[in-house]
Amino acid sequence: MKEDFEPRIIGFLCNWCSYAGADLAGTSRIQYPPNLRFIRVMCSGRVDTVFILEALKKGADGVLVAGCHPGDCHYQSGNYKTHRRIMLLKKLLGQLGIDPNRVRFEYVSASEGNKFAHVVTEFVDEIKKIGPNPLKEKKK
Amino acid sequence: MSDNKVGAVLVIGGGIGGMQSALDLADSGFKVYLLEEKPSIGGVMAQLDKTFPTNDCSMCIMAPKLVDAARNKNINLLTYSEVIDVKGYVGNFKVKVRKKPRYIDEQKCIGCGNCASACRLKGRIPDEFNLGLSKRAVPYIPFPQAVPLIYTIDPDHCLYIQKGKCGDKLLCKEACTADAINYEMMEKEIELDVGAIILAAGYDKFEAGIKSEYGYGRYKNVLTSIEFERILSASGPFEGHVVRPFDEKEPKKIAWIQCVGSRDKGCGNNYCSSVCCTYAIKEAVIAKEHLSSIEPTIFYMDMRTYGKGFDAYYERAKDEYGVRFVRCRVSEVQEDPGTNNLRIRYETEDGELKEEEFDMVVLSVGFEPTEGVKELAEKLRIKLNDYGFCETSELSPVDTTQPGIYACGAFSGPKDIPETVMQASGAAAKASGLISSERNTLVEKKEYPPEIDVSGQEPRIGVFICHCGINIGGYVNVPSVVEYAKSLPNVAYAEENLYTCSQDTQKKIVETIKEQQLNRVIVASCTPRTHEPLFQETIREAGLNPHLFEMANIRDQCSWVHMKEPEKATEKAKDLMKMAVAKARLIEPLPTISLDVIQKGLVIGGGLAGMISALAIAEQGYEVYLIEKEKTLGGNLRNIYYTLENESTQSYLESIIKKVENNPYIKIYKNAQIEKIEGYVGNYKTTLKNSSVKLELQHGIIVVATGAQESIPKEYLYGKDERVITQLELEKRIANNSFSFNHETIVMIQCVGSRDDEHPYCSRVCCSDAIKNALKLKEKNPRVEIFILYRDMRTYGFREVFYEKAREKGIIFIRYDIEDKPIVQKNNGGLEVLVKDLILQEKLLINPDFVVLSPAIVPRKENFELSKQLKLPLNEDDFFLEAHVKLRPVDFATDGIFLAGMAHSPKSIDESISQAYAAASRACTIISKKEYIAEAIIAAVNEDLCSGCGVCVSVCPYDAIELVTETKDGNEIRISKITEAFCKGCGSCAAVCPSGAIQHNGFTTGQILAMIDALGG
Ligand code: FES
Repeated sequence: MKEDFEPRIIGFLCNWCSYAGADLAGTSRIQYPPNLRFIRVMCSGRVDTVFILEALKKGADGVLVAGCHPGDCHYQSGNYKTHRRIMLLKKLLGQLGIDPNRVRFEYVSASEGNKFAHVVTEFVDEIKKIGPNPLKEKKK
Repeated sequence: MSDNKVGAVLVIGGGIGGMQSALDLADSGFKVYLLEEKPSIGGVMAQLDKTFPTNDCSMCIMAPKLVDAARNKNINLLTYSEVIDVKGYVGNFKVKVRKKPRYIDEQKCIGCGNCASACRLKGRIPDEFNLGLSKRAVPYIPFPQAVPLIYTIDPDHCLYIQKGKCGDKLLCKEACTADAINYEMMEKEIELDVGAIILAAGYDKFEAGIKSEYGYGRYKNVLTSIEFERILSASGPFEGHVVRPFDEKEPKKIAWIQCVGSRDKGCGNNYCSSVCCTYAIKEAVIAKEHLSSIEPTIFYMDMRTYGKGFDAYYERAKDEYGVRFVRCRVSEVQEDPGTNNLRIRYETEDGELKEEEFDMVVLSVGFEPTEGVKELAEKLRIKLNDYGFCETSELSPVDTTQPGIYACGAFSGPKDIPETVMQASGAAAKASGLISSERNTLVEKKEYPPEIDVSGQEPRIGVFICHCGINIGGYVNVPSVVEYAKSLPNVAYAEENLYTCSQDTQKKIVETIKEQQLNRVIVASCTPRTHEPLFQETIREAGLNPHLFEMANIRDQCSWVHMKEPEKATEKAKDLMKMAVAKARLIEPLPTISLDVIQKGLVIGGGLAGMISALAIAEQGYEVYLIEKEKTLGGNLRNIYYTLENESTQSYLESIIKKVENNPYIKIYKNAQIEKIEGYVGNYKTTLKNSSVKLELQHGIIVVATGAQESIPKEYLYGKDERVITQLELEKRIANNSFSFNHETIVMIQCVGSRDDEHPYCSRVCCSDAIKNALKLKEKNPRVEIFILYRDMRTYGFREVFYEKAREKGIIFIRYDIEDKPIVQKNNGGLEVLVKDLILQEKLLINPDFVVLSPAIVPRKENFELSKQLKLPLNEDDFFLEAHVKLRPVDFATDGIFLAGMAHSPKSIDESISQAYAAASRACTIISKKEYIAEAIIAAVNEDLCSGCGVCVSVCPYDAIELVTETKDGNEIRISKITEAFCKGCGSCAAVCPSGAIQHNGFTTGQILAMIDALGG
């Protein structure tokens, strides 16, 4: 039954690196599973933990946040800050009974089309293993 | 007062240098023709994987420049073109240009690549961008981010062009839905009128096969450094996996051989290529990062990591990454025919012959003049130097021998990216100084209809969905997405287009906005990164604020990546549509924030860099305040008397001071102290204390040119024995003839206080200075014996030739180890120097008449104060830290403040001059306009909600937010205030604001939550 579970994943991609990397996956025609719905932000530093919680609350099975590699952030340090916030959030999620692995932070540069596709593929697999978001099921 | 000058500039070469020149000029009110012989701009930098010493991804930092150059209305890109002929005179050149046929219509091609996928020879033509390590089709773009994104049919390989026939039909033509392929296309000749010309035509790499002893071309696992760069690249032939190209095996031991085609009289290149040491370190480090099992070894002669932060990088490579460095000469490389491994034979410094096996050998190839340089030089009547590069001189580093024609970057000699960028801006300053009277005469200024006030209107969203030929339409069911869009709230109109970006669709969008009274527009097509500005411009033409626009990327991140799952791709496209509509319902017009600019400059520091900056700004017709803390102008240059090339610096300095003092646009304040600087880009107020008087100056930009100084040596008996002096002291004595030339023996000691624990960086100029003075002494007295005790001779670039000359003249170079430094002592009243000779492996005793030290160049203490006043960062060595070490070497992260000269890092005279011109050029991009348009996508505080907690202040990377105390209803409250001019719009503050008081315009919390909710619901 888990076999036909198609997770729904929300991704926040920073404009300068990760969104560009995702575009590159496209121009290079690298295929990856169609489960990701992405939102462009200027910097991964814009990603408020509220967005992640809201996404989970609304039933997203996973949330991906991707930003520039350390030192590459277009705004100096937004990626660090968000990475740190997400680490804290994950701890909290565990305490709330939500699998922290539903939230993932990745560094993807503008030249890493391959990596982007790889990250999405792997994340989709992982979420498939974790199973549907319990919050969503409750709603049904 | 027109003397027939033309307000346009031709920039030849579309690499990073050419792009920088073009952007600076276009932003300062000049028309630019940017000519590139290849089908895309980008140059060599596009091929690099990472850049040293920060390991930034090269394409990531360059791509925004590519896009800027493409979008700038005042830059006319002439790609795939060459210069045929130049006539005319300074200020008014007539240039004939040949545009080669691409056989693909530039107006029609949308860069989808269908022609390449259909090509019969697909995967069979060596791809020159990857140095033949991968194969492409006949129609090609050099690299995925190419600008312009237009395909070119490679005429040398096209069957139809070569043989008149390609199978039974032209597959490419059939595949092109945009009908762009045109085999009838002919070359075109165009004539340009320009006031000045900038040469930024770059360099070629040394042909590695010439050094046959290394076996390049014969042995499969011997590669060039640029090939290795492509192997490292995530977008390269092996997607960043470090493998041997021919058997795709992971190598374990990789060797880099340095100076291949550099410092080598045998192959005619006796200069040093300046960048190879550091790029080899970079490649070794990155290779190790990709594959930790790799054991990198670098075989070198001198480690020339002389640039800002390079020595620290070198140390890290040794200590953290375990890169092994072997100082030696490699005599030969031989292949083991069984394993294709390579045996390197080399001779160590102490004469021992060794042999070692490697899985892969990378040759660090040097720079050579470009192939077409001679021809180009003839057409432009400029001189080339002895090495075949464009001739420039130390005191005029960006001038060619022809007035009105300037040169920058590796076209005039080997240099790294930041040096190139500095010279490029510098050349732009020179060119614009020449034609400043013609500023704004040829640039386009677009007129728009007044903006429609949409406030209070219910959103009426128009949706335009693109088929992109078959790129979207072939996988996503576009008509069903259109139907779906129509069902979404507030969507008043939806349609599909074959190409939404085409010229005729733009017209149609404008008409539809008017007809349907749309007040929000969504385009679902490709990526906003490249196309958003185009559509924003279109809706602006229809009278809508450009921010009433949203894009759904249903191609790059949908149809192209789910080609095998059309149904799911369609589903995703619908979701993306839904999210875009959810956001569009909440988007608001954003005001253009324009700040008035005081069209005057302030230069801090009256040394060479400061004076040149001031002059260059004045030459462009703007007033400048030049402030100097001392009573005289000239700075360090007052202590330098001649250059390595034997040009007299004192007469030069005098002429510059005279020019500065006589220039009506320059106001000089000597003995001046800065008390306070307030304000932001375009609007600064500086309070000066000039002896007892206080002065207030108003200006739009600041150039920091505070210089650096020679340190006072603490060792080698300096200050204790008067026969121990510094190089500057020696130079002064030589210059005013107070040094006796009858001495028999002189010892010079290098790196006194540089590259040690206290100052871990290299002071860059000391090696050349020591050689300069040593040669001078030899000239006066050929019998004098001179010993130079050094750690690495860092005579980079053409300076190497003087090192060679010094050796020929019998100057003796002895390398010492930092762990075993030379000892200077007194014995019976005489001086004694003990040094361990690493070649002979024994201690030498020298009895010199004089010991001359090369002390470190250290930052000035004033830097701290200024860095606090202006909120400018310093690096770990206390030099000022620029906005970006590679691409913004003269900008600070704070808009409106620029950096020049040794305040940035130790540098030579020519480098200071280039950077000073560069700072002026960058400054003029701001003060040449009456207003400064700040980012529209910035943060704003809702004061009613702000609780004054200050979290935003701590996360803002630009110090754009401060907490202020205000009285409201009789109570004192603390609230955040954003200085709009400082905000760059990252949104970090909005992400952390606990009370929701900060909005990130364009990406508000409400908008993003609406997108999330739309999806979840
Ligand atoms: S811009 Fe990419 S993470 Fe900040």
